[in-house]
Amino acid sequence: MSNGKTKLVLGYGTCGIAAGAAAVKEALERELETGKYLAELDIAGCMGFCFKEPIVEVISPDGLSVVYGDLTPKKVPQLLESHLLQGRVIDEWVVKRSDDPSAGEGDFLAHQHRIVLRNCGIINPESIDEYIATGGYEAARKALTSMTPEEIIGEVTKSGLRGRGGAGFPTGTKWGFARKAPGDEKYIVCNADEGDPGAFMDRSVLEGDPHAVIEGMIIAGYAIGARQGYIYCRAEYPLALRRLEIAITQCRERGFLGKGIFGTEWDFDIKIKKGAGAFVCGEETALIASIEGKRGMPRPRPPFPANEGLWGKPTNINNVETLANVPWIIRHGGEEYARLGTEKSKGTKVFCLAGKVRRTGLAEVPMGMTLRQVIFDVGGGIRGGKEFKAVQLGGPSGGCLPASLLDTPVDYEAITATGAIMGSGGMIVADSTTCMVDLARYFLTFTQAESCGKCVPCRLGTKRMLEILERICRGEGEPEDIGKLEMLAQDIKAASLCALGGTAPNPVLTTLRYFRNEYEDHIFRKKCTAGVCPALITLYIDADKCSGCGACAKICPVGAISGKKKEPHGIDAEKCIRCKLCLSRCPEEAIYAE
Amino acid sequence: MREENCSCARRFADINDLGPLRQILERYRGERGALIPMLQDAQEAYGYLDEKIMRELAKGSGYQLSQLYGVATFYTQFRLKPIGEHLIRVCHGTACHVAGAEQISEEIYNFLGIRDGETTEDGQFTVESVMCVGACSLSPIMIVDEDTHGKLRPSDVRKVLKRYMRDGGGKEDE
Ligand SMILES: Cc1cc2nc3c(=O)[nH]c(=O)nc-3n(C[C@H](O)[C@H](O)[C@H](O)COP(=O)(O)O)c2cc1C
Repeated sequence: MSNGKTKLVLGYGTCGIAAGAAAVKEALERELETGKYLAELDIAGCMGFCFKEPIVEVISPDGLSVVYGDLTPKKVPQLLESHLLQGRVIDEWVVKRSDDPSAGEGDFLAHQHRIVLRNCGIINPESIDEYIATGGYEAARKALTSMTPEEIIGEVTKSGLRGRGGAGFPTGTKWGFARKAPGDEKYIVCNADEGDPGAFMDRSVLEGDPHAVIEGMIIAGYAIGARQGYIYCRAEYPLALRRLEIAITQCRERGFLGKGIFGTEWDFDIKIKKGAGAFVCGEETALIASIEGKRGMPRPRPPFPANEGLWGKPTNINNVETLANVPWIIRHGGEEYARLGTEKSKGTKVFCLAGKVRRTGLAEVPMGMTLRQVIFDVGGGIRGGKEFKAVQLGGPSGGCLPASLLDTPVDYEAITATGAIMGSGGMIVADSTTCMVDLARYFLTFTQAESCGKCVPCRLGTKRMLEILERICRGEGEPEDIGKLEMLAQDIKAASLCALGGTAPNPVLTTLRYFRNEYEDHIFRKKCTAGVCPALITLYIDADKCSGCGACAKICPVGAISGKKKEPHGIDAEKCIRCKLCLSRCPEEAIYAE
Repeated sequence: MREENCSCARRFADINDLGPLRQILERYRGERGALIPMLQDAQEAYGYLDEKIMRELAKGSGYQLSQLYGVATFYTQFRLKPIGEHLIRVCHGTACHVAGAEQISEEIYNFLGIRDGETTEDGQFTVESVMCVGACSLSPIMIVDEDTHGKLRPSDVRKVLKRYMRDGGGKEDE
């Protein structure tokens, strides 16, 4: 890239756009049009520093890269003027710089190992040439022109890659089943439904590096003998869908998809199917029903999709992240991949850091790293100096782990042993202001609403559990409720048709196991120590802090707040409905819940 | 100070205009498993799935009306009733929940005088709680039409919504 121009790369994924990247883009374009700068603008997906979006990386002709964050259109002229014309880096805005790994938030990346995210935030996801320039489609070419399907499956088996969609089933073994299944007509399906609340790694990969997933599918399709692929992507991801469409069109133009791809005799093409908003459709048999145009309800297995899947034909379903690993494995070898990780969990895992962690964003770490390292070294610890309370792994199928388990390594078996699951990669950090009973109630609200209703344990069992949890949060919990929850949980786990019901009790069981005192506080002392459950708290105004501005009284929908101007106000606990609207209005932060 | 995120782009076809519907039927004729995309396209064209549209779809596609309704009522994306000019979706994913999505919803309900799933009397806004939209790092989040607003504080809500109002929400009261 030595055309003498400075390259500006703007983070342009959903997170960046939501943080205002579109306006920053306009501002950059406007500045560049003035002709003052020898620079060109490009876009990329998410770099992972979501907490600093909007982000722009400035790459000088000499190779120096400086990433700036928290940009606004207003900052743009100053940034370009200073960096490009005066050669002066604006230190306060630096997120990361290549010549000084300790600058800004540089250590966010230092602990990571990026295989799945290898191109995210670096290349323009809408340009196949940029993907090819990084070695893209070499793996597919190599697989199709110089490897037999069995060799490919052998390589993936050797890598130790396990399904990243949650269950962790060995990918090579699964491909082997589909390969051996009798029949000419087979399908490969990419599961991009990503319904777990708190998970956004698949979205980021699809938005940041769609070709990696497509290349993975081409290789998988050839390995199992499928000439048609489907990507089932949730409709809530319009940008991912658009970039996939662009990528597929580009592949057809290059002869990477279609008839006789890569100059071989092999035909392979991909169709996109848009989800319609049903969490259960992430489950593979429900997903198949949905592609077929039916209500997305799971069915008992066996028969497994490998033998009887889409349209009754042998079908292999893999998660987005699983597939994005595949081209890397074929290029670098299964052994190289297996060097990373633990005995049974190889390679890396992408996590979505969210909640009360300081650096919210995408982190890809080698398996075996401890949760403490992920949350504190990569994630930068808890925001606002508060204390760590829990980390929620695996969404509604997973669990909440306390500080005493922070040294658990990222490893399928080790995490399962705690009662949580590795899951798809959502990692939500909670501090002292999160109520664990409320969090359990939240997840049950979700699973109960998303239960497809086909089997009784899930349909009615989750409903009963939710009713009990709601009662506890309302301050009407009864002494025997904890025992009832545990009994229901056992039965639902044992008797549900699919893993939606089978794992739905996990958030309750883990919070009961590790945060039982909070349940007891709610039930016996009628207290929510985190100050969350409306029925169990009282709102107060700290008279020492209150300036008497009246903002709280103005917003209060029930007129429960009164006081003279410039004098401390008070809340009438009888009238107060604890909607907390006043809390966010107080400039003095004088209002608190107890 | 009306911003240019105009609602006109979201205008939907009249349910008595069957032109878009014919195109949709044509698009999927003979395709396997086209029921869901057909409904999606119809909803995109008309804004919601009116009974009249459903009947026409059944007639034109050969699917049973019960099949169409079976699918339309299973998936949360489909709606059988019209929505307001602007659709507000408040994310209630885990990260947003932990970050106070409840307060954001309360703020909207309080401001617009409607609750979850309802439309304002003047037809300007419909508010909906949705599950995770996958922008967790910017929680709490609300999406108005196609615009995502992240890292919201409850006190930002009014200001944001006023930008979408027909009269610009009148003068600022804060
Ligand atoms: C209720 C439910 C929801 C699921 N959602 C997803 C999902 O959103 N994405 C995904 O890849 N797998 C999901 N799965 C797991 C899939 O059933 C399947 O195991 C996975 O797609 C297989 O791909 P892998 O082997 O590459 O992980 C879900 C499973 C259940 C039971």
